[in-house]
Amino acid sequence: MTKKQKKNLIRIIIASVLMICFIFVPVSGLYKLALYLIPYLIIGYDILIKAFKGIINLQPFDECLLMALATIGAMVIAIIEDGDYLEAIAVMLFYQIGEWFQSYAVGKSRKNITELMDIRPDYANVEINGKIEKTDPDDVEVGTIITVLPGEKIPIDGIIEDGSSTLDTVALTGESVPRSAKVGDEVISGCVNLSGLLKIRTTKEFGDSTVSKILDLVENASSKKSRSENFISKFAKIYTPTVIFSAIALAVLPPLFNMFILSQAAGWANWIYRALTFLVISCPCALVISIPLSFFAGIGGASKEGILIKGSNYLETLSKTRTVVFDKTGTLTKGVFEVTGIYPNGIEKSELLCLAAVAEHYSTHPIALSVKSAASEYHDSVVPDNTEEIAGHGIKAIIAGNTVYAGNAKLMDKIGVKYSIPEAVGTIVYTAKNNEFMGSIVISDIVKTNSEKAISGLKKAGIRKTVMLTGDNKSVAEEIAEKLGIDEVHSNLLPADKVDIMEKLISGKSNNEAIAFVGDGINDAPVLSRADIGIAMGAMGSDAAIEASDIVLMDDDPLKISKALKISKKCLTIVKENIWFAIGVKIICLILGALGFANMWTAIFADVGVMVLVVLNAIRALLVKKL
Amino acid sequence: MKKTYKIEVDCANCASKMEDAAKKTEGVRDAVVNFMTLKMKVVFEDGANVDTVMTNVLKSCRKIEPDCEIFF
Repeated sequence: MTKKQKKNLIRIIIASVLMICFIFVPVSGLYKLALYLIPYLIIGYDILIKAFKGIINLQPFDECLLMALATIGAMVIAIIEDGDYLEAIAVMLFYQIGEWFQSYAVGKSRKNITELMDIRPDYANVEINGKIEKTDPDDVEVGTIITVLPGEKIPIDGIIEDGSSTLDTVALTGESVPRSAKVGDEVISGCVNLSGLLKIRTTKEFGDSTVSKILDLVENASSKKSRSENFISKFAKIYTPTVIFSAIALAVLPPLFNMFILSQAAGWANWIYRALTFLVISCPCALVISIPLSFFAGIGGASKEGILIKGSNYLETLSKTRTVVFDKTGTLTKGVFEVTGIYPNGIEKSELLCLAAVAEHYSTHPIALSVKSAASEYHDSVVPDNTEEIAGHGIKAIIAGNTVYAGNAKLMDKIGVKYSIPEAVGTIVYTAKNNEFMGSIVISDIVKTNSEKAISGLKKAGIRKTVMLTGDNKSVAEEIAEKLGIDEVHSNLLPADKVDIMEKLISGKSNNEAIAFVGDGINDAPVLSRADIGIAMGAMGSDAAIEASDIVLMDDDPLKISKALKISKKCLTIVKENIWFAIGVKIICLILGALGFANMWTAIFADVGVMVLVVLNAIRALLVKKL
Repeated sequence: MKKTYKIEVDCANCASKMEDAAKKTEGVRDAVVNFMTLKMKVVFEDGANVDTVMTNVLKSCRKIEPDCEIFF
């Protein structure tokens, strides 16, 4: 609780106690007025002052003026009719209770959300003259060695120079399994060092480090306003003056009508009272507070799960997404080539793998690397006597006097070896020893374990069409698409073709639905920015992806895509509920007030009650863990 | 030039009024008030004196919301 909140709480308590006590004091007339003015002024003095200042500064249309007018009006009516002053005090009191609750609830959720995102490191340990000193991370220059003790956050991105440890990345990625780090590994700021002491050579300034970038992104997210928010601020701008003028009309027109047309008693008091009730109902604050609060809570909850959303507007667009377009490599597949099939011809599988691995011992080609890593158990002891790279074909190696060829089909044709083509899809390495075909090894990109679940999750969350774009050949693409349940595949694409296809998809959709593109930010940045919603995956440390996309998934788990979609839907449902509920209740109360069915007590309960409910509902957007 | 300031304000409606007031202040090219993070981002005109501009911004914000505070 802040100082101001404490002070206001005390005012509320004192005023309520006094008000209740005075009910039992038997006074009347002006003494009664004087007595009741005490709690009224205690609870309402600041509102009266603000209302007065508002008039002086020519900014009259605010809620303080509404409250001041309504309560002073109620007082005056009570004086004239020797009625009850309780009503005026109660209205002011409930208004203040509502304000207090709002300030408390917003402050509390603000604290909750900022705590969720509390990844800002306060200091960096730098060795100065042999002593380790805590310095402001902003002052640490690139290339400085910093020490991170177990339990501390890594303050700046860098490379480990000394020590090994496990790192907790949960604050960045939502992934709770710690990852291990050793000398030479790149580490990013915001991770918590769990076990060992690390010495890290910084590679970036603090301002450019991952943690600063993420914080900057999340903190600025709610300044990009969504359509709902813009609607509400426009609504509030016309709403308050409209209600005030209607109130004036309600106070003046019916009595005049009574007097001159019907030649009856004017009934001024009755109509002015109704007009004042009108003013009490008219505070737009419930509406104005609940919408940004819902978005803020949604964005906060999402960032806790490792999903960074760059603005409320993107959260809103995401909820309207009906088509999701995927880049294959790095998004649905790991983007790492691995041996997925071994088809030997008359020898053992391990023998074939070993043979190919040894032949490619000196090669650094990505395909060779995958073969070698699959065969790591076998080939280390054997080294080829001589190898020769045949560009565009493969490798010729002399191993223990045997001539071994490993390469593509063209190589086999060239050396005149008969070979059989395996059924599996992927890149195929054929191996021959002394002009005899030994078998083939299939290398392909591996589908991520969660890809299939992610696609079916998206379908369940209301996605109608899934599309996959890839530069790979048709058979590879179609096999993966079928396995994952993807509706549409475009293969053999160059990066520029991907943009064309995105354009076609965008022009083919209706206006109130959106298309999302999911990529890893490597060579698909143009598509990321062209799509209605660009989602970048595995963005830890990749600046290009963070720049080009609207939503950033901190790790590369495709399940996060459906999670992000669900969060956006929940958040937008809450926003809509709040808009309809708040406006609906207000309009009903306005009508009841104008017809004379609602008195000021009902009005203030409607106002404060609605606000409490919408604020509580808004905070629900924070709870996204189980989605 | 762009700067971010911590602010104090009670209600969301007042925050958006502060934003309007700040935008209209001389020397300010653009201003964004974020009620949820209680921050005001101000883009200054080239060559504007930041301190004088911010004094004026605070003054015009106080006019519409006497309780508000900008820390600069």
